[in-house]
Amino acid sequence: MPDHTQLLPGTLDLLILKAVSLGPLHGYGVLLRIGQMSGGSLLIEQGALYPALFKLVRQKLLTAKWGTSENNRRAKFYELTAAGRKRFQEETEEWNRVSAVMTLTLAARMEEM
Amino acid sequence: MNILESLKALLSNFFSGSRASEDLEEELRSHIQHRADDLGRSGLSLADAERRARVEFGGYQHFKEESHEAMGGQFMERLLQDVRFGLRMLYRAPTFTAVVIVTVALGIGINAVVFSVLNGLILRPLNVPQAENLYTVEQGKDKSPMQSYPDYLDLRDRNHSLSGIAAYSITRAGLNVRDGHASAAWLYEASGNYFDVLGIQPQIGRLFHGSDEHGLDSAPYIVLSYRYWRSRFQSDSSVIGRTVQVNKHPFTIIGVTPRDFGGTELYFSPDFWVPMVEDAQLGGGNDLTARAARGIQLIARVRSGTTPAQSQADLNSVASYLAKAYPKDDEQMSFSPARPGLMGDMIGRPAQAFLTMLMLLAGLILLAACANLGSLYAARAADRAKEVAMRLSLGSNRARILRQFMTEALIISLVGGSVGLGAGILLLRWLSVWQPVSNFPIRLPVNPDIRVYALALILSLASGALFGLIPIRQVLRANPYQVLKAGSGGVAGRRVTPRDIALVVQIAVCAVLVTASLVAVKGLQRSLQSSFGFVPQSAIVVDTDLDMAGYQGDAAPVMQRRMLNALQDVPGVTSAGISDMLPLSRELPDNVAVYRDNATELRVANTAAEAVVQSVSPGYFEAAGTTLLTGRDFTWHDDKEAPRVAVVNEEFAHKVFGSKANPVGLRYKLGDGTHVQVIGVVEDGRYRTLTEEIHPAMFLSILQSPSSSTWLVARFSHDSQFATRQIDSKLRGLDGGLPFTVKTWDSELNGALFASRVATVTLGALGGLGVMLAITGIFGMASYSVGRRLREFGIRIALGASSSAVLIAAVGKAFRLLAIGSVLGLVLGIAAPRVLSSIVFEANARDPLVLGGVVLAMFLVGLLATWIPALRALKANPSLLLRDQ
Repeated sequence: MPDHTQLLPGTLDLLILKAVSLGPLHGYGVLLRIGQMSGGSLLIEQGALYPALFKLVRQKLLTAKWGTSENNRRAKFYELTAAGRKRFQEETEEWNRVSAVMTLTLAARMEEM
Repeated sequence: MNILESLKALLSNFFSGSRASEDLEEELRSHIQHRADDLGRSGLSLADAERRARVEFGGYQHFKEESHEAMGGQFMERLLQDVRFGLRMLYRAPTFTAVVIVTVALGIGINAVVFSVLNGLILRPLNVPQAENLYTVEQGKDKSPMQSYPDYLDLRDRNHSLSGIAAYSITRAGLNVRDGHASAAWLYEASGNYFDVLGIQPQIGRLFHGSDEHGLDSAPYIVLSYRYWRSRFQSDSSVIGRTVQVNKHPFTIIGVTPRDFGGTELYFSPDFWVPMVEDAQLGGGNDLTARAARGIQLIARVRSGTTPAQSQADLNSVASYLAKAYPKDDEQMSFSPARPGLMGDMIGRPAQAFLTMLMLLAGLILLAACANLGSLYAARAADRAKEVAMRLSLGSNRARILRQFMTEALIISLVGGSVGLGAGILLLRWLSVWQPVSNFPIRLPVNPDIRVYALALILSLASGALFGLIPIRQVLRANPYQVLKAGSGGVAGRRVTPRDIALVVQIAVCAVLVTASLVAVKGLQRSLQSSFGFVPQSAIVVDTDLDMAGYQGDAAPVMQRRMLNALQDVPGVTSAGISDMLPLSRELPDNVAVYRDNATELRVANTAAEAVVQSVSPGYFEAAGTTLLTGRDFTWHDDKEAPRVAVVNEEFAHKVFGSKANPVGLRYKLGDGTHVQVIGVVEDGRYRTLTEEIHPAMFLSILQSPSSSTWLVARFSHDSQFATRQIDSKLRGLDGGLPFTVKTWDSELNGALFASRVATVTLGALGGLGVMLAITGIFGMASYSVGRRLREFGIRIALGASSSAVLIAAVGKAFRLLAIGSVLGLVLGIAAPRVLSSIVFEANARDPLVLGGVVLAMFLVGLLATWIPALRALKANPSLLLRDQ
């Protein structure tokens, strides 16, 4: 098994928003897409996904409706709302800013200061 | 959708689980199936794939609950879920549920009833506007609420701190609406300003005012109470302006008071009000011109902005004026305010003390019930350890389980509380229409109000929380692996657990209750056996007032003698007599100051004794069964022409003449200077209350001190029903217009014994309840600990332990706790009955009989409660028990 990266707290929401921003997905599909996108290096405990999903629905960032999956099973599909899309953009920008600052800070050397 | 359907939907939703919850389950299942599909594609068998998918998913229960939380706004949803689950658990343990509900119902019900009575009589003010400004005025050192009319007039005119002060007294009169029989009615004589001081507006018609009075006998008006207007006049509004006969005098009905106004005494609701200046017509017996005739009560409204202390100082400046101006009657006069409604502190103080004590005991019972339920709940929690462990290992969190336990406890306490409150309300309804004293319209304003409901709710929630909290430590400590592995069998507990303390508290409470009820029972029994100074058995009493048929002045003694003669003609009547009052009955006899024969200044400071006065006819002592010790009875020659004579009791003789002299033939003086010669001495008796100290009493000849108030006493040898009927028809034949009642003296006495009977019955009931709770508590404790240690006992028996050793191990602790609790309770119980002594005759917990009774009762409680567990311990069969493991 490859080394799995531990999720930073608070990043699960952003990952879910990212996964769903590419198209409607059911819960298991969200997990699969995060796996694909991270090249299999982000492991999320499966059950932990659902409390996060429901929280996003409650915040009106996602909507959910029942449909039929590719396996021909009933499944609940999640989709970004307008608010969700806006939040996704803001959070992505914020993340980029923070990670750039973090990278820069961590890469700093004595002589550059 | 109609109401029925929506209700059905709601119910089915409630019981089957809500939509959101089903939705969640389906979604999680769908996830696991998708994963299993994927795993199946990678070559796993169907069963393996499904199992693996489940494992990978993680703590299913845990995530389900977290998801529920995450959905948010689901408080009601979760609460419903908990309630549903709780109901299921309770339904599955019906015995446990029933025991708990009944226990809570008893505890809450008792508290609701006692509080309701306390609320109605002590806490709730009179039902008049701004009742907080009202108080009654008490007089003198011994704080009597009874005042004289002249003093009232001075108080009214000379005070500077009151916005008004009114006077009233309760009396009885014969009311004749049209021609026909008069019927006895109870009324208030009230000063003209009465309704204005209280701030009462008429329901219909008008009320009387101060301006209606122009001296004595100037205002023949009647104001009906709403209740009497409805029952006697069928709410007929044309009665306004009608003239009726009261004691054969014409009075005009001018108005009706509002529905919720019942006068200024809480325990009594009058039929109508009449201006006090009409007292002579009404035969109220208040001599409105005599300053020493103290028979009326006052109600004062303090001017706003005046403190009670300022007002009292102001009234006392009037008192010192009175003392200076009228030293003969008002020497050392002082006034003090008291809470109105229960004859000032005369009834108010003992009632308050008794009700406060009852409230305390009721609270203790609830506490004991909670301690009991706590143990029961803890035992049940131990039994449910497996369930808890299972849920914990499935990922349920502890907070969730605790919430579940609390919800169960609260459901049960609320159900129990409502059952208790419901039963309490029924009891209170009955109490509020109860007529414990015949002939006198008692009203107990004890109907529950919002305060009672709030108290019941708070107590239910608090007791639910109290016993629901007890298993919490167990849940918090529960270690799923150990419990599942070892079952619920356990390690020996710590030496002193909270359960033990709860049990000791409960036993102590029980001992207090048993002590109090034994004291009350003993007191009642003693008061029934004590000498009253008369013999109520085999005697019939007739209660009437000749005023009601218009006999006044010299006509009264003539009629009295005719009645007596009629009575003596009744076959079976062996002796008969007349008195103006009956001891230990409704009316409290007057206290009259008497002076030694050589006293020159007849002032308060020189009195030889304050004596109870009773005017009696010849033959009264024989009929009443009062023993004449020396001297002679009255004769019909002791009339107005003859010298004034009196029969006195021993205490009177002792106080006035000293112990050595034979008082017969000696003389003393009354307040008006009359010399009275003693012609006989009778035994001491009880005159006002059963609990009073021995009091001096003098009996005057009814021919020399006539009175229209008439009690006929007849001693009979045949059966009482026959005699009662005969007497009734004889008297009716004398004057059909005279209202009277005939009954046995025993039943008349019920009124006097009323207070101590009520005390005994209440305390007995509370004591019985306490005993029941203690038995179940000890039983629960003993059977629980025996159950846990059954294997140990089995092994001990197998190893040859003696029965007594096993018994000591099994129930020794229960008895130790019982002993500690009983001692604590006895100590408290000895202190408590002090409160009782004003109500129950010679209440004393230090009576060896009471002490012995308590110890015996507690021992029996212990024996009864530990009998079954002890037998179980002795019968422990090692081979069976070992196999069971």
